[in-house]
Amino acid sequence: MSFAVAVLANSQQLVHLSTIDLVIVVFYFALVLAIGWYLKQQANTSEDFFLAGREMTAWVAGLSFLSANLGALELMGWAAASYQYGILAAHWYWIGAIPAMLFLGIVMMPFYYISKTHSVPGYLELRFGESSRALSAISFAFMTVLMSGINMYSMALVMKVVLGWDIHFSIWISSITVAVYVALGGLRSAIFNEVLQFVLIWAGALLIPILGLIEAGGWSGLQAKIAQNASSEYTHLWGTLGSFTGNPMGVHWTGIVFGLGAILSFGYWTTDFLVVQRVLAAKDLRSAKMAPIIGAAFKMFVPFIVILPGILGLVLLPVKLTGEATAVATNGHSYNEVLPLMLARYCGPGLLGLGITALIAGFMSGMAGNVSAFATVWTYDIYGALMNKKATDQQYVRMGRWCTILGVLISIGTAYLVMQFQSIMDYVQALFSFFIAPLFGTVLLGMLWRRATSAGGFWGLLAGTMSSIGMWAWVKVDPTALRYVALSPNARDMAENLYRALWSWIVCVVVTVIVSLMTRAKPVEELNGLVYGVTDIPSEGQVAIYKRPLFWAAVVVVIFFILNIIFW
Amino acid sequence: MKAGGSISIWFFIGLSLLVNGALILAAGLYEFLHPPEYPVVLYHLHASTWWGAILLAIGIVYCYYFAPGRPKSGKER
Repeated sequence: MSFAVAVLANSQQLVHLSTIDLVIVVFYFALVLAIGWYLKQQANTSEDFFLAGREMTAWVAGLSFLSANLGALELMGWAAASYQYGILAAHWYWIGAIPAMLFLGIVMMPFYYISKTHSVPGYLELRFGESSRALSAISFAFMTVLMSGINMYSMALVMKVVLGWDIHFSIWISSITVAVYVALGGLRSAIFNEVLQFVLIWAGALLIPILGLIEAGGWSGLQAKIAQNASSEYTHLWGTLGSFTGNPMGVHWTGIVFGLGAILSFGYWTTDFLVVQRVLAAKDLRSAKMAPIIGAAFKMFVPFIVILPGILGLVLLPVKLTGEATAVATNGHSYNEVLPLMLARYCGPGLLGLGITALIAGFMSGMAGNVSAFATVWTYDIYGALMNKKATDQQYVRMGRWCTILGVLISIGTAYLVMQFQSIMDYVQALFSFFIAPLFGTVLLGMLWRRATSAGGFWGLLAGTMSSIGMWAWVKVDPTALRYVALSPNARDMAENLYRALWSWIVCVVVTVIVSLMTRAKPVEELNGLVYGVTDIPSEGQVAIYKRPLFWAAVVVVIFFILNIIFW
Repeated sequence: MKAGGSISIWFFIGLSLLVNGALILAAGLYEFLHPPEYPVVLYHLHASTWWGAILLAIGIVYCYYFAPGRPKSGKER
C-alpha cells in the first residue's frame, strides 16, 4: 500500500484518494486477477479459450456484450459530450444502439450462431470466401489493438489529471492485469470480469445522477436551471433537429436517423467482433438471441449514469468547463473532466474509491474486449487461415495466449507512440471508422440476399472502404467539401462522420449488387446455415410467450419509443 | 453461469459488493461520528452510509445464495 501511495502522490490532481479509497481500488485489482487465476483450469481447448466453451447464459452474455462497449472513455467522453451538446448525446445510446442491438438478436444472431463461426471474418469466409475474410480480419485485428492503445493512453492521461497518477504506472499496471487475466482464462475470464465491471460501474456511478437531481430540484428544476443558464435546446432530443443550425451539435435529423441509427450503429453493434464475440459464447440459440435484447434493455438506461451527470454538471458545477486546448492554456477544466468533477462533488471517502474503481473497471473491460477479440481473429482468421492451416487445437490455444500478450504489448507501444505524436490518434480513429459501415453492408447482403456472390462481397467491401477513405481525405484537403459529404456547409464534424458512413454503406451495397449480378452465384445448397430463406432456423418450440426473444424485443421497442417521446 | 464447476460468477459479484459495501459503510459511519472539515455537497444526506449499507446487503444475499457448494434450487445459475 505504501508503494501505491508513494506512486500516486501528486499535488496537481483533481481529487485526493484516502486510504480506504485505495483499499477499494487494490481489492478490485486483486479480485480480477483471482478470477483469472481461478478460470485458468477452464481454458484448455480452443472452444474454451476463444468462445468460453459456448456455455454462457443469456444474462451473462448480454451484460458482457454491453460491458465490452461500456469503457471508461465511453463514460467520460459521452458525459463530456452531454455537457457540450445536452441531451442530444443520448441519441448514441437510444436510436444509435437499441434498434441495431435488437436486429442483431432477432435477425442476424441465428446465422452467426448456426454457422458455428468463431468470428465475424470467419462468417465472411463461409459466405464470401478467403479474400473477404482476409481483408476484414487483417483490418480488424490491427485496428483493434491500435484502438486499444489509444484508449490506454487516453485513460492514463485521465488518471494523471484526475488522480495525479504517473502515466507510465497507469499504463503498465492496468495492461499487465488485463494481459494476465485474459491470457490465463481466455474469453471466459474476460466475460466474467466484464460482468463484474458492469456491476461496479453502476454501483460507482449511480449515486451521481441521484444526488445531482436532488440538488437540482428534480428534472423540472434541472430544466428550469438549464433554460436560465444555457438554453432549453439542451433538453430536447428531436425538437431541434429540423435544421443544422438549430441545435448545439450541428446535425440534421436525417443524419441521426439514417447515418447513425441505420448505418453506423448497425455496423458497430452487428459486425464489430469486439461485441459480437460475447454473444457467440452463449450456450444455445435462444440465449444468443436473448443476450443482445438484455444488453439493449440495460443500454437504454445507461444515459442515466452518463448523459444526466453531464447535463447536471452544466448547471451545478461552479466552474465553466471548456475545450481541451483552452483548459490547458487557462489552467482550467475541460469538458472531459465533468464526470470526475461530479464524482468529487458528492462522494466522500469510500464512495470516491468506488467511483474511481468504476472508471478503471470500465477501462479494463474495454481493453480486455479488444485484446480477446484480437487474439481470436488473429488465431483463427490469420494464423489458422493463412500461416498454419493444419494447426492442432493445442496450438490454437497456445497461439491465443501469446496473441493476448502480443496484443497488450502492441497496445502499449501504440500508447507510447500516441504520447509522442498525438495527431496519430485522430488518424487511427478515422481509420477504424472506415471499415464499420461497409462491413455492415457486406454482412447484411450476405445474410439476407442469396444472390450475393464471393466477388460481389469482396469488391463491395473494398469499394465501400475506399470511398470512406476518399471522402475523409477530400474533406481534409478541402474543408469546403463538407457541404457535399454532409449535405450542408453548416454541418460539423459529427455530421460528417454520420453522412460518410451512410455514403460508404450505399457504395458498398451498390457495388456488391452490381458485381454479384455479373458473376456466378453459389449453389443454394452451399448457403444452408448462412443465408435467410435457405436456412432452417430451429423452432423455439411451445414455450411461454414471456420466454420468447421476440416478446422481450417488443417490450424494449415500446420503452424505447416512450423515452424518445418523453424527451422529444 | 458457473465457473470451474463450483463457483458462480454471481458469487464473485456478491463478494465484491459485500467488501466494497462494508468499507463504504464503515467510512460513512466514521464520517458521521467525525464530520470532515470540508464536507462534500449534500453531506447531510450521508450517502456513504446508506449506499454502503445497500451494497453490503445485496452482497450478503448474493454471497449466501450463490455460495460454492450450496445446494442448487434447480434454476440456472
